[in-house]
Amino acid sequence: MFRYYVKLGLTSIRKNPILSALMIAAIAVGIGACMTIINIYYVMGGNPIPNRSDVLYYVQVDNWDPNNAYDDPNEPPVQVTYIDGKALLDARKARRQVLSYKTGRVIEPQNEGERPFQVVSRATTADFFAMFDTPFLFGSGWDRAADDSEENVVVISREINERVFGGDNPVGKTLVMNGDPYRVMGVLDTWEPMPKFYDINNGAFDPPEEVYFPLSLAISKELYSWGNNSCWKPSGGGWAAYLQSECIWLQFWVELHGASEKQAYMGFLNAYVESQKALGRFPRPMNNRLSNVMQWMESQHVVVDDVNVLMGLSFLFLIVCLLNTIGLLLAKVARRTGDISLRRALGASRRAIFSQYIVEAGVIGFGGGILGIGMTWLGLQGILALYGEFEFMTRLVQMDWVVIFDAIGLAVVSALAAALYPTWRACAVHPANQLKAL
Amino acid sequence: MELGPIWRAMMRNKSSYILIALQIAVTMAIIVNAIGIIQDRSRKMARPSGVDEQNIFYLSSLVYDPNVDAKTVITEDLDAIRHFPGVHDAIVTNTVPLSGGGWSEGITLHPDPNEDGTGVAIFFSDEHGIDTFGLNLIAGRNFDPTEATWLDTESGEWPPLTIMTKAMVEELFPDTPIEDALGKTVYIHDTKPVKIIGITERMQAAWNSWSGVERSMLVPWKRADSFSRYVIRAEPGYRDEIMPKIEEMLASRGEGRIVRDMKTMEQTRHRSYLDSSGMVTLLIFIVSVLTAITGLGIVGLASFSVARRTKQIGTRRALGATRMAILRYFMLENFLVSTVGVLGGAIIAVGINMWMVEAFDIQRIPWYLIPAAMIALWFVGQLAVYGPASRATLVSPAMATRSV
Repeated sequence: MFRYYVKLGLTSIRKNPILSALMIAAIAVGIGACMTIINIYYVMGGNPIPNRSDVLYYVQVDNWDPNNAYDDPNEPPVQVTYIDGKALLDARKARRQVLSYKTGRVIEPQNEGERPFQVVSRATTADFFAMFDTPFLFGSGWDRAADDSEENVVVISREINERVFGGDNPVGKTLVMNGDPYRVMGVLDTWEPMPKFYDINNGAFDPPEEVYFPLSLAISKELYSWGNNSCWKPSGGGWAAYLQSECIWLQFWVELHGASEKQAYMGFLNAYVESQKALGRFPRPMNNRLSNVMQWMESQHVVVDDVNVLMGLSFLFLIVCLLNTIGLLLAKVARRTGDISLRRALGASRRAIFSQYIVEAGVIGFGGGILGIGMTWLGLQGILALYGEFEFMTRLVQMDWVVIFDAIGLAVVSALAAALYPTWRACAVHPANQLKAL
Repeated sequence: MELGPIWRAMMRNKSSYILIALQIAVTMAIIVNAIGIIQDRSRKMARPSGVDEQNIFYLSSLVYDPNVDAKTVITEDLDAIRHFPGVHDAIVTNTVPLSGGGWSEGITLHPDPNEDGTGVAIFFSDEHGIDTFGLNLIAGRNFDPTEATWLDTESGEWPPLTIMTKAMVEELFPDTPIEDALGKTVYIHDTKPVKIIGITERMQAAWNSWSGVERSMLVPWKRADSFSRYVIRAEPGYRDEIMPKIEEMLASRGEGRIVRDMKTMEQTRHRSYLDSSGMVTLLIFIVSVLTAITGLGIVGLASFSVARRTKQIGTRRALGATRMAILRYFMLENFLVSTVGVLGGAIIAVGINMWMVEAFDIQRIPWYLIPAAMIALWFVGQLAVYGPASRATLVSPAMATRSV
């Protein structure tokens, strides 16, 4: 019976080509608009590290101005000071912890004729690679001893390895940066967490850094951060004073498994802040936060407002398209009351009529879905054309099987929902009434 | 009038009219809010930055060799750039308006750490700053060549003079004429005194979405940092010609440094508002497609309604109704449906707007958009129904006698 109804549906579409085309086009446009924005939303707000996002926590402590919160209403600073970061790192109260910041270095290739070039770098601590599950092409990260002794060690990205070492295994070789030799410990394989969750406030969609080296080394070389730096009171002059200041510029993450570890760590944070209050720091009320990856990204509004607004508008857009489809389906049913009466008079049950029309709507929905995939693709190309100058857009605009299935699913569900009322009306046609006029 | 009978006829077959009215209502809600956002973004994009955007370009210089003295490099670079043919003037500074990255500080009226500061964007400069950026000095004076000093970055000191934008002065001294601010001392870093010696008409900060984007100040400070940014104003028409030459000249001046990120001020503006201009294009597209879909929906339903009522139209014609009367019937019918739709649309539009103002950083829509959208949608409805309605007028009176 199902196949017969599909055939009837196709016949009916052929009989009313303009009306049917209008319906399919309306569904396709609505689906295209919705899916384009959903796609962007899905990548922007996606989970960058699904298997570890529940055990990684971003740490915030409120060392800010007694008179003004860092952000309204009473939000603690989004980064930590060096004093606090270093103290929490050295306390080692979590399974793993990492303190890091973004900075820059100049690589001086030793080959003839190659000019020095600048790279975005991350000064970080040994646990970074294990905590964030970075893939290694060659070698590995460094150990805690290297942090402690400020060793000149470096982990480089795949691209830098190709550029400087021609893609061969460089582990143990020397890389010269700003005049200093560094021993290469490892090469990262392609790694593009999207968004860049571990440093969300300094370019949420930037690619990861190209070079990684010990934080302790960066501190002794007095490398200022390339990211955001905020102070609520003057830092005084010089690097030593800056390190002791209330300026926030580092990101601190801990790894905690389960609620009890989280609770214990919170207790430790509170005790730490109390001890600092005794020294005259932390003038604000206690306001410590531990946020896991998804909570942290949500609190920092990684999905920009414009996308949320567009998301709302595109759903309303789909509603308009569906209202349009309902109206047209009603028109179609009303035109065919004669057919329906005839079938009913010949013994078809209401149920049979219902099946026939709902299958027909499903066929239209499927057609709209297929066309909607094309529209989604066009929509994404359009977005790319508009925003392509943002380098990260090429990584945001991706279409995969999930999107394609979602598009067809959304289209069929929408078409069926739209068909319910007209179909119900079709079922209500009395066998006798319309036959009289025929 | 015929409104009564038309309305009663519609009430007998409500559902398709309700659907059209709903469709018009939601369409109107989207259109009104989208146009509100378009207006807001366009207004922001149209604000002048205050600098000579056509002729300014800038680039970064990074001295990475610890043995190279940044102060010497900067002095020699600036001298060479300023004497380069086609260059109007140049300075070394930290950033340019709309670039997205910069330095801000809080200014207070008293040396009191508990006083709330007024945020201001800092631009380092010397006596060439006004001329290089092409600022309009509306009161007071420029720095003189002895006032711009090399202060040690590490010392914690701050230059004692400043030239502020009018917007910043008005924020600090809201109740007095701006000229009165000249010679006044304000405080930076809680306790460091700074005297206002000049006021510029306008100079935007680096962040276009900051509420204080018009608040900037020039500080006479030459900084011997390893990273510096040269801002260069070309003679009109020479910019594109001298850009590569200057980059090449700087790159060839000695080892131990990198020259990079050369951009024009026009590129910076484009980049700064890329998200807004993209949003405007997207919304214009959404509004157009939506209006088209709603229009086509009206055409489809009206055609159907004409086809279904062929016999009725024939009967009316046979009973003496003119073609005009038939046309008027369908046009009036659409007008009634549209009226219900746009009235509902006005309510939904305001509701959505209230929600968006609450949830996002979005302005309230100006009131006149509502009547404007009503009139536009009435017009679209009439236009859409005209085709099917004029076909209805062609139904011959003889149809009344036939069985459909």
